Amino acid sequence: MTIPRYWREFQHRYRLIGTKCPKCGRIYFPPREVCPYCHRESIGKMQKVEIKNTGKVYSYTVIHQDVPDFKFLKPYLFIIAEMDSGVKVSGQLVDVSPEDVRIGMPVRISFRRIREEDRAGIIEYGYKFIPDE
Amino acid sequence: MRDVYIIGIGQTKYGEHWEKSLRALVVEAGLKAIEDANIYSKEIQAIFGGNMSAGSTIYQDNIGSLISDFSGLSVNRIPAMRIENGSASGGAAVHAGFVSVASGFYDTVLVGGVEKLTDVSMEDQAEIVSGEVDQEWELFNGGTLAGLQALMARRYMHEYGAKREEIAMLPVLSHEHGSENPYAHFRNRIKVEDVINATMVADPLTMLDMAPASDGAAVLILASEEKVRQIKPEVKIKISGSAMSSDFMSLQSRENLLELKAVRDSTEKALKMSKSDIKRVKIVETHDSSSIMGLLILEEIGLFPKGKAGKYLEEGYGHKDSRVAINTSGGLKAKGHPMGATGIGQIVESVIQLRGKAEKRQVHNADMALAINVAGTGSASISHVLEVV
Ligand SMILES: [Zn+2]
Repeated sequence: MTIPRYWREFQHRYRLIGTKCPKCGRIYFPPREVCPYCHRESIGKMQKVEIKNTGKVYSYTVIHQDVPDFKFLKPYLFIIAEMDSGVKVSGQLVDVSPEDVRIGMPVRISFRRIREEDRAGIIEYGYKFIPDE
Repeated sequence: MRDVYIIGIGQTKYGEHWEKSLRALVVEAGLKAIEDANIYSKEIQAIFGGNMSAGSTIYQDNIGSLISDFSGLSVNRIPAMRIENGSASGGAAVHAGFVSVASGFYDTVLVGGVEKLTDVSMEDQAEIVSGEVDQEWELFNGGTLAGLQALMARRYMHEYGAKREEIAMLPVLSHEHGSENPYAHFRNRIKVEDVINATMVADPLTMLDMAPASDGAAVLILASEEKVRQIKPEVKIKISGSAMSSDFMSLQSRENLLELKAVRDSTEKALKMSKSDIKRVKIVETHDSSSIMGLLILEEIGLFPKGKAGKYLEEGYGHKDSRVAINTSGGLKAKGHPMGATGIGQIVESVIQLRGKAEKRQVHNADMALAINVAGTGSASISHVLEVV
């Protein structure tokens, strides 16, 4: 990943910034420029919102694949969480062993290192989930 | 809108073709299709090429020109373009070819798909096949295609109380049918225990839940009514429905992980176009890039109740001798999954069945088939209904 491609998403990944449609009130994460349901009426009017960092496990898996950027982590827990603000967010779950994970378990988002140095020499940071109980 | 027919089919065996290049594969399938259609190459007016990953696997883009050139068609100066929609590239190319003939613009077109995956390492393959999920918001965080589909599988078991064994029924069925298909990547039969005990990929899905990375190519020749009258094929096969739909790119954006809205929409539209309904369909090719995807599709199109597809398969539904035959080709799981070719290969199998030439895997009285080709976790879906007329 080149530096600009990584840096471009900084604020969203570091501060969980999504967008809200002023017309229907739907919240989106990752952020969108246009609400799919209100479309034209939302263009240029989408508002930035910070997504509250707490939620519950909606589904989970343990990934064992040899994917170049993640094999140093393998096996790793990957989940979709239903956040208290209503949106779903996917990401890794850390600081818990796989056998203790269950659907409905409270989690929160924390700032972590995502990858070791990648091909462009960047150490990438972003969010991961941790247990919240 | 004019009627569109399939007058020629061709495919390579799917699998590991160490000795063949991408261009050799697509030319092999293309020449077979032209011969099968009993036409001359100069009669082909346009090429629609399905391919997902040549830019990443062999650093070759501009696949339309490559296919045109090495099929010997570039000297005819015909248009040749590449269509890319991840794993649904092949189906999308068929839809584009269909539209071009239905509109009246062309009378005879070649739709070809190809993928060459064994020119890269297994590790790179895992990353490349995940190219169809959201790179910034899924793969960046470690969400591979298999991992995301595993999230669907876990949720499926949680919401419906489906058993792990039930999910394993689709790979078992696909392998059983694939064992009779000489073009299949894998021709061994497997048991439920084999699926469950295989190497874990993304819990609960194992290696035997997942379609393999295959090399291969598949080609169709599409023609208008006028053209078909000249050629007089033995069995006249019409594309009576063709539709494509899209959905949110990433799984986290969907309200319900177990709803494949694009699949439902494209299938309803294709069936409506063919003035038919799911009950009339005798053969279904489902997109089992993983067991769970294949099952969710079967449920979404109304073949089985939600959460129950695996249970129905346990009772013998889906077998080639049952009321509806599923994945007689072996599906993506056993026939193989060369992404750009996959959706076209599903239709090649349907044509073989409708012509009554499927030998040991022939479905009795096959007169209508439905093929569903999907991208990623359901972000795009193309449905085709084929009929003997
Ligand atoms: Zn809105």
